[in-house]
Amino acid sequence: MAVLTLVARRLAAALVLLGALSVITYGLLVASPGGPEQVLLGTRPSTPETRAAIRAEYHLDDPFPLRYARWLGDAVHGDFGVSIYSREPVADVIADRLPVTAGLAGYALLITFAVGVPVGLVAAMGRGGLLDQGITLGSLVLLAVPPFAMSILLLYGFAVTLGWFPVFGAGETFAERVTHLTLPALALAAAQGAMVVRQMRAAALDLAGQDFLTFARARGLPRARVWIGYALRNAALPVLTVGGLLLAANLTGALFVEQAFGLHGLGALLIAAVSQKDIPVVQALVLFSGAIVVVVNLLIDLAYLVVDPRVRHGAVAL
Amino acid sequence: MRGVLAGVLGLAILVGLFGSHLAPYDPATQDLALGAAGPDAAHWLGTDDLGRDVLSRLLTGAGSALLWPVLVALGTTTLSTSLGLFAGYRLGWIDALMMRTVDLAIAMPGMLVLIVLVGVLGGGYGWSVLAMAVLFTPGDIRVIRSLTLAQRDLAYAEAARTLGLPPRRVMFRHLLPNLAPTVVSNALLSFVAALVSLAGLSFLGIGLPAGTPDWGLMVEENRDLLDLNPWASVAPVVLITLIATSATLLGDRLFDTLSKGGSR
Repeated sequence: MAVLTLVARRLAAALVLLGALSVITYGLLVASPGGPEQVLLGTRPSTPETRAAIRAEYHLDDPFPLRYARWLGDAVHGDFGVSIYSREPVADVIADRLPVTAGLAGYALLITFAVGVPVGLVAAMGRGGLLDQGITLGSLVLLAVPPFAMSILLLYGFAVTLGWFPVFGAGETFAERVTHLTLPALALAAAQGAMVVRQMRAAALDLAGQDFLTFARARGLPRARVWIGYALRNAALPVLTVGGLLLAANLTGALFVEQAFGLHGLGALLIAAVSQKDIPVVQALVLFSGAIVVVVNLLIDLAYLVVDPRVRHGAVAL
Repeated sequence: MRGVLAGVLGLAILVGLFGSHLAPYDPATQDLALGAAGPDAAHWLGTDDLGRDVLSRLLTGAGSALLWPVLVALGTTTLSTSLGLFAGYRLGWIDALMMRTVDLAIAMPGMLVLIVLVGVLGGGYGWSVLAMAVLFTPGDIRVIRSLTLAQRDLAYAEAARTLGLPPRRVMFRHLLPNLAPTVVSNALLSFVAALVSLAGLSFLGIGLPAGTPDWGLMVEENRDLLDLNPWASVAPVVLITLIATSATLLGDRLFDTLSKGGSR
């Protein structure tokens, strides 16, 4: 029962969020300079006939709530209309760009957790030592370096000076893609990894004094088993919470990293669409990112239920 | 350590205030015959592809690169501290309404919305700054409110109320000093976030016309010169990183010192 209430409340919150985002994005079209007709005409000649055609095609003479409802209905079905710039359906344009961004984000997430979790644990295990101090300071520094700055530093160091990695583009074959995406993924993962390190360290330290861990050690269980089997599972909750924050950082970080490395992903698409006032593409991308945030956060909530029996039985409020 | 950090920030403030007077060249003067060249005696950080002096552009850009983030930090901190104190002290429906709004705002992909709004609607730098203050406020409100909740029923606050002091006085004269460590470190973190985000926006080419001597814009415009004169792009990156890191570390240290009740 507790589980159902929790899921229902989270779903309601998610719908409110998406609703607010959709009003903002739809409002863009109305509020953009020149009004909706001018935006939708794009570069086509603006004659009374074309303007009338646009007004009819997009039902611009209907009242605002009706227009919004119609747009939202289409959007829910994945129909965001046609890109003003390329005249292709928006859904196709996005599907075309998705693989690069998905690859970049997935790669970055892999690095983030593969490096962040063990490093955080190592720092906690050597609490107060030189290594711990170094890791703590290093993660604070990395947190402050924005993705675009990290991109330029990596580009200059590893691509231009050392020549280990390509400077531009995303590559064709899988192997090429991996080498092309390594530096961008590192640039994206640096600050996020630092966040995971700090969270993991704090969570592990918090656990270090707990009785069940002392008891596990007293029973003579091997160190690795105590840390991984007992501590890691309990530390998973706060780290899962960071996952949601990471995702938001990932979405905006990808904009900067794609721009810096000349990758043609969704981020580059959004920047281009924003500067070309290609509103249908912008609307679709904003709602799409909003939907991703909402879905992942719901998944994280469900993961809580799986990892922590206390949450499952309603003993601890989320 | 803290001396070094404060030194870096102090130097940054000086350069921000007087940078445009220190610039050896006019930041807009072009030397097309020279083009992009590495550092030499005449141009300490070299020139960009239009032959403009990189050092002069950096010094001139320092003012706006630092002034606006300071304004964002002041605005965000003032707004979030007052609202957070108010919500946490008064509670009731105002608090509930405020916190639901804050939840919604925090769940939004804020930077994305900011980029889209400023990028599509135009309006330039002023709007970016204002929107950013609005964007950073909800997170801080939540922090201040939860600290206020923890303080409001402690004995000293109870005593102040029993003496018949008006709520405003209890909030700002009695509760606020106890939140000082968080307020100070929030302000520094907002400054860092604004510095980095504003530079990021201009890096994406949003909010500023091309050719403005702005750090973020310099990074983007000179990105293709990494092999000819890397400093044109790397120098602003290093400055942004150095200032952001120093402010973050200083905030961290100050929070530790202040919350231990050490030096007040």
